[in-house]
Amino acid sequence: MSEYLLILVSTILVNNFVLVQFLGLCPFMGVSNKLETAMGMSLATTFVLTLSSVCSYLAFTYLLQPFGLEYLQTITFILVIAVVVQFTEMVVRKTSPMLYRVLGIFLPLITTNCAVLGVALLNIKKQNDFVESILYGFGGAVGFSLVLVLFSAMRERIAMADVPNPFQGSAIGMVTAGLMSLAFMGFTGLVNI
Amino acid sequence: MTSSNIIASTREVYDFHGGIHPEEMKSLSNQTPITKPAIPPKLVLPLQQHIGKPGKIIVEIGQKVLKGQMLAEADGFISAALHAPTSGLIESIGDHPIAHPSGQSDTCLTLIPDGEDRWCELEVCEDYLALAVNEIQRKVTEAGISGMGGAGFPTAVKLHPPKQAKVNTYILNAAECEPYITSDDRLLRERANDVIAGIQIVASILKPKECLIGIEDNKPEAILALREAVFGTDIEVCVLPTKYPSGGEKQLIKLLTDKEVPSGKIPADIGIVCQNVATVAAIYRAVRYGEPLISRITTLTGMNIHQRGNVEALLGTPIDWLISQYDYRPATKNQRLIMGGPMMGFTLMHSDVPVVKTTNCILAPGKKELPIAPPAQACIRCGLCADACPAELLPQQLYWFSRSQELEKAEHHNLFDCIECGACSFVCPSSIPLVQYYRHTKGEIRQHKADLLKSDQARERFEARQLRLDREKEEKDAKRKARAEAAAKAQATKKAAGESSAAPSGDSNDPVRMFEPKSSEVSQQEANTTPEIETVDLEALKLAWDKAQSKLDKMYDALEDAKANNPDNVAKLTRAVEKNQMRVNQAKLAWNKASETKAQPLKVETETTEQITKIESVDIEALELALGKAESKLMKLQSALDNAKPEQVEKLTRAVEKNKGRVESASLAVNQARTSTKTNNETEIELPDLPALELAFEKADSKLAKLQNALDNAQPDQVEKLTRAVDKNKVRVETAENAVLAARAMLAKTVTSTEAGDS
Amino acid sequence: MSVIVTAILALLGLAMAFGALLGFAAIRYKVEGNPIIDEIDSLLPQTQCGQCGHPGCRPYAEGIAAGEDINKCPPGGEATIHALADLLDVDAPELDAEHGEEKAKQVAVIREDECIGCTKCIQACPIDAIMGSAKHMHTVIESECTGCDLCVEPCPVDCIDMVTLDKGHAAWHWDPPKPGHIIATDKPSRIEGVSI
Repeated sequence: MSEYLLILVSTILVNNFVLVQFLGLCPFMGVSNKLETAMGMSLATTFVLTLSSVCSYLAFTYLLQPFGLEYLQTITFILVIAVVVQFTEMVVRKTSPMLYRVLGIFLPLITTNCAVLGVALLNIKKQNDFVESILYGFGGAVGFSLVLVLFSAMRERIAMADVPNPFQGSAIGMVTAGLMSLAFMGFTGLVNI
Repeated sequence: MTSSNIIASTREVYDFHGGIHPEEMKSLSNQTPITKPAIPPKLVLPLQQHIGKPGKIIVEIGQKVLKGQMLAEADGFISAALHAPTSGLIESIGDHPIAHPSGQSDTCLTLIPDGEDRWCELEVCEDYLALAVNEIQRKVTEAGISGMGGAGFPTAVKLHPPKQAKVNTYILNAAECEPYITSDDRLLRERANDVIAGIQIVASILKPKECLIGIEDNKPEAILALREAVFGTDIEVCVLPTKYPSGGEKQLIKLLTDKEVPSGKIPADIGIVCQNVATVAAIYRAVRYGEPLISRITTLTGMNIHQRGNVEALLGTPIDWLISQYDYRPATKNQRLIMGGPMMGFTLMHSDVPVVKTTNCILAPGKKELPIAPPAQACIRCGLCADACPAELLPQQLYWFSRSQELEKAEHHNLFDCIECGACSFVCPSSIPLVQYYRHTKGEIRQHKADLLKSDQARERFEARQLRLDREKEEKDAKRKARAEAAAKAQATKKAAGESSAAPSGDSNDPVRMFEPKSSEVSQQEANTTPEIETVDLEALKLAWDKAQSKLDKMYDALEDAKANNPDNVAKLTRAVEKNQMRVNQAKLAWNKASETKAQPLKVETETTEQITKIESVDIEALELALGKAESKLMKLQSALDNAKPEQVEKLTRAVEKNKGRVESASLAVNQARTSTKTNNETEIELPDLPALELAFEKADSKLAKLQNALDNAQPDQVEKLTRAVDKNKVRVETAENAVLAARAMLAKTVTSTEAGDS
Repeated sequence: MSVIVTAILALLGLAMAFGALLGFAAIRYKVEGNPIIDEIDSLLPQTQCGQCGHPGCRPYAEGIAAGEDINKCPPGGEATIHALADLLDVDAPELDAEHGEEKAKQVAVIREDECIGCTKCIQACPIDAIMGSAKHMHTVIESECTGCDLCVEPCPVDCIDMVTLDKGHAAWHWDPPKPGHIIATDKPSRIEGVSI
């Protein structure tokens, strides 16, 4: 039980995928202009990450490993992720056309989100079992959502403030992200995993 | 002199969040008793000195009025009356600058006092506590009393609590927290008994569980006077620590009862009614002595006024006159004049604005007294403003939202709960004019909401109009369809009957056909198989004509569409149009013939006379309608003419000529009919029709001529419209033509039938 | 060899399974129409003036949904462009001068002495804000008029004026505070009339 808690704490805070492992920066910078879109994006990514983490694990364990096809893991995982993202896109389009329109290109870009593929591959590397895979994926997603929401809230405030011309827009966003990253790296040593 | 015992409150007093402690500056004006200035040379009385609808004027220019006479009555529930502060003459009713931050003008009555200061008849009532509730309410309404603390809410409304809202606490606002203002202080010192009596009157209506007077501890003499006055009653005097803005309604309620008025709600929703002490004193004067609200106590203060103090100014006193009476000596020329206090007052744009019911202070600061704020600097996000806000808002966030015009977010952060007290601007280390930002943004949000409402209305109207147009089109189409079907039925029955009158039909078709540039084989066939004249009911033929007509109209519409969208089909459609035209003409002529020939067989006539006369009357109306339509369409045609392309001028010329031909043949027919009619005795019923129809016909003719002229000056653009118009015109002229023919025929037939009947 | 075949078969099997899933999802989550048009339409000012080049506000909303520029609406002005930019998450361009300039709110007023009762303006008004009938006096319902000025041209006697309404102190609201920052800033203020 405490193992599972450790996995969660690790993926959410200590080894945060975005700010510590620097994966998934594309949607992190691209969708964080407004809080509402960031929240929508984080929900979509959570769904995709968890599901694809599980599906990847299952595909690996029950399809690739029995036939000795471990070398196909990358392509298989990409396939799994692409399907899950496509499915998510359809659901989002149906349930919230506004969100669909606002997320725009970033929704299908979750496919190329290296965090998603990273989670799938890291699951294999760490030899997680089924439950651990779920938690790993879910924790990674929660960590991603956490920083995305925090960052977009900050960016909204920065947009209203007196930012010098050369820094306006993404530049000050990057600086802020760097500082956030420094802050999150302070969690190192919180858990040993 | 004053012991701490007297000052200390016997009741627990709570606290509200934030607040500031600016310099009180009360001693400038509270040392001397209230004085009464002379009657000014002119009184300017704005109609609106309160929240709600302005009063309705009930006097006229040039009318002499007495002191206390009603000049304007309350208009509706949330409104207040206006009375003459002294006797005199109503000089004018018009726009005059009023005491408003915008500096704009509003409707005001100008009264020239006659110096006699004669009262009108007043309703004195000694036993005022025994009065019925509605009597008191009436007296207060008629006295024109509204809130005198600064807001100006009509008092009568507060005295009509809704039945379901029980009043638990009745609070009197004697706090007077704003620096410089001392009018309530002096009022309480000198007229505390009036205040207490007023409280008792209001309490008899509201029947609260407790009455509390909230007063700040910087007014020891007033507290003493109050305590003496409330002796023997169960009104409690609660002394509050001096803090700005304790006098704000919501803050006072929090201080005295520890209850918070929910956002967007009023104190009455939590069972509390709050009133200013000056207002209740006025209520007493109105109920006991019948005196309407015609004057108020105003503080004249600031270093530029050398005889500072409180005055009982008549409403409508021009401020520049008033302060000149009290030794106003501005150090430099353009010194500010502020109505209200330094925190919530506003600078006057004109110095001759009048004193109104909400003027509690006139502040004329000296050069160094209220210095202009230094220029605003960048916000350092210190958060002192949030510490000071008595409404527990986030002024810093509201500032950022206001600056970047994020109206939704500002509203979401409860911008409308801001009481604009100025505490945040007071504490800001960067001297940012925060309250100005909030006021502006509130206005923007209100404007935005009003625009949204208007655009929603416009959208609804637009959609309703589209529905209406669609519905009209459908109805037209349905009618045409019905007529076309009926005409087809009639044609079919005619064909079945098989009487031959091909020769005469052919002849009558010839002049028509001469003007058709294309005559298809189908038209030929139709000419040959023209329905024979028969003894079938005339109505059937009419229906056949209508059906053909409606088909023709449809074809014209199709032609227009084709011209607009699909030029390839134009030729085809034009041919089809002309085919239909032929059919229509034939149907009409057949009908006409039938009606003419029908005149001969007498037996049939007698039977169908009644039917015919019925149809006749119907037809003539229809024909007149048709004529009207023809006229209107001709007008459209004319307008379209201005924009015809030169390439299509030929076509149009042809069309015009066609039309002309129609008109000519029609007029020929008319003449024939006319001559034939003249041989018969004209019945009175038909007389009006004949000239009318002929007139219409001539109109059509002349318009065609104009059409021709216009064609010669055709310019490029909108040829389709023009052609369409021309064709329509054609049709209309035909209709007119047939109308006349029909009338003629009917006339002839009826006459002959009557002749026959007679003989 | 068989390894390759196994690999191919495995992937093929996986792909087919997923294909089936997606096919099912495509049918189950089919979306009809484009609800974004309603949202865009609700931001447009509904003057139905046609200055954007479309015969009304809803056609322009449909155009925007199809990818048209959002800066074609003069009656909406800056505010509408910003609102549309926020909704669609695009940049807010300047108002396209080709389609007209942003003017103060105006209403049409008919000079009744000159009106001939021809009903041309009534037919031109896109929101039926003109009352009247043939050969009877026409008058503009001021509270409904959006100032689109489509009625001015059809009038044959030129008796319609566009007048800027002055609603008096009831419609007045505070101006934004005067600029006064002494520290240089690059950020332009979005409040009209305030440079900082």
